[in-house]
Amino acid sequence: MALKKKPRLSVWKFASCDGCQLSLLDCEDELLAITGKVELAFFVEASRAMGKGPYDLTLVDGSITTAHDAELIKKVRRDSKYLVALGTCACSGGIQALRNFKDVNDFIKAVYAHPEYIQTLEQSTPLSAHIKVDYQINGCPINKRQLLEVISAYLGGCTPRLAPHSVCLQCKARGNICVMVLGTPCLGPVTHGGCGALCPTYHRGCYGCYGPKETPNTASLAAWFSQRFGVSEAGLVQAFRKFYANAPEFRRESEAHEK
Amino acid sequence: MKSRTIKVDILARVEGEGGLYLRVKGDAVAEVKLKIFEPPRFFEAFLRGRQFHEAPDITARICGICPVAYQMSAVHAMEDAMGVKVTGPLRDLRRLLYCGEWIESHALHVFLLHAPDFLGYQDAIRMAQDHPDVVKMGLRLKKIGNEVVTLVGGREIHPINVRVGGFYRVPTKPELAPLAEELKWARDAALKTVRWVAALPMPEFEQDYEFVSLRHAEEYPFNEGRLVSNQGLDIAVQDYEAHFAEEQVSYSNALHSRRQGDGLYFVGPLARYHLNFDRLSPLAQEAAQEAGLSRECRNPFQSIIVRAVETLYAVDEALRIIAAYARPDQPAIKVEPRSGVGCAATEAPRGLLYHRYRLDESGAILEAKIVPPTSQNLKIIEQDLWRFVEKRLDLPDDQLTWQCEQLVRNYDPCISCATHFLKIRLERQ
Repeated sequence: MALKKKPRLSVWKFASCDGCQLSLLDCEDELLAITGKVELAFFVEASRAMGKGPYDLTLVDGSITTAHDAELIKKVRRDSKYLVALGTCACSGGIQALRNFKDVNDFIKAVYAHPEYIQTLEQSTPLSAHIKVDYQINGCPINKRQLLEVISAYLGGCTPRLAPHSVCLQCKARGNICVMVLGTPCLGPVTHGGCGALCPTYHRGCYGCYGPKETPNTASLAAWFSQRFGVSEAGLVQAFRKFYANAPEFRRESEAHEK
Repeated sequence: MKSRTIKVDILARVEGEGGLYLRVKGDAVAEVKLKIFEPPRFFEAFLRGRQFHEAPDITARICGICPVAYQMSAVHAMEDAMGVKVTGPLRDLRRLLYCGEWIESHALHVFLLHAPDFLGYQDAIRMAQDHPDVVKMGLRLKKIGNEVVTLVGGREIHPINVRVGGFYRVPTKPELAPLAEELKWARDAALKTVRWVAALPMPEFEQDYEFVSLRHAEEYPFNEGRLVSNQGLDIAVQDYEAHFAEEQVSYSNALHSRRQGDGLYFVGPLARYHLNFDRLSPLAQEAAQEAGLSRECRNPFQSIIVRAVETLYAVDEALRIIAAYARPDQPAIKVEPRSGVGCAATEAPRGLLYHRYRLDESGAILEAKIVPPTSQNLKIIEQDLWRFVEKRLDLPDDQLTWQCEQLVRNYDPCISCATHFLKIRLERQ
């Protein structure tokens, strides 16, 4: 029987902290097994060898914030058969999407003495605003177990299944006492699970770094925050305007309290 | 005259996006450009208006490899502003968390990013085909560092447990026990690592640098100390901005740090080692000496040995902290916001990381300033390239290019870290 050619893997970075692609290198026990199953064609953080496309599986972290990147992501898409967006920046725009609520020129002026040298777009946007994305792994950072599941599913020829439920369900599964009952505001009820309900497990409220779950009732949660915990309107804006500020569900809720 | 160009469009095995451009005219270097195309993300701008307690969570997102460093500089700066000091077991836990990050980050750099250069491999995956046991040892060491961060911080990237005043939840003594078992293995592995990297073929390249790092009265520095250098600097961290300035130049979109006056300076493992050898644990000192690493080491290629020695120190220190640990009654001390300014510098794996915040009376951030280690090392990297290439012009392009890359990787540059970074730099004609 002829040997099947190994699928070619490429990994790309746009505006990000690099953490989501680092998650692949953080799979210390599995890394050599994975790289035994694929050809590491392009992964700049790990290798000098930079193979040209086409690629079979492409992982992308980071959001699009420059005209150059808006062009590059289209090329990466053309070169890739199956493209996975890794993490908050790629899926939603990331923390740098806080610029989307302000005049980016004020931001530039705040950091640089000579704003005229800086080239950037007004908005930080997810990959899906520019190209078709085949699969998304949410989280800031992603959970490396979920990354392994998606890579394994790809190699096995099946569809990955990451649960869509909220952080609350994972909290119940861990047997945590609800931090809201103990008096701490928590975004868990409206936030996509996947982290394993980390923050409540460490006795703090979820701050939403896995983004909105399916059909989140943000208005109800915001009412709880203000009635039970006395969170101000400004506090509500900031609660929903953080790592997933640009996700439509959280964006709407933060804007509703901005008046 | 014949002109020759050395170009690396995309620098591999560094964190973030950068490139390299060198032009040689005859037998002289005419131009050196370290190009960074990492898009700016404006952290200092969007921190304005956020609450003081959000700073550790938000600034962690500057860097996926050293989030703990950002969290540590942020909480200490906030505590400085509020006039509180975290002591005792909470302080020790912060050191433990930092040990985990040093182990994780140094193991990543030594085994996956830097060692392949010394042995002529494109990457560690290909190196693993010939040196499987070494790469597996490196991965396990890295994993143990990540396990320390995960247990104390909640997860390895962007820990969730760090808080101004302490932590949200502190581990119990039995929870730390299994870590100690792993760390004992790691101590042996780190010792082996020191010996292994010391035997790598080492380019000759001794330079005169001004090394800058923290120095503490008793400890190898993580979170506290005075800022010192081998050329007589000895100041409180609060005076950092009187001695170091960031500047923006017309040909760049970066802010560069330099010593007031004209000084280029060097931060990172080599600087720490140079200035704090006597604060290393006896085991780490011994290992360094046995490896033939001079206390006066000035060869940046040997930073790979220093990283291995620091890894050994971090393992040793983690074991010491775990053995002495008694769980504090409260996970954090109470912090009352007040208006004021606070600053702090801590030692990220790749060097000094300075934060300053100005707060209003409600604890909202009015102004933030962050100076990451890599932007402090940029000028030194370029100077090194200049001097290194000059002596090796007889090498063929592919070899010279690779050695230049290796030189840049001596600094373990973290390009995402640099929230404000240069796009193109061109100087010294």
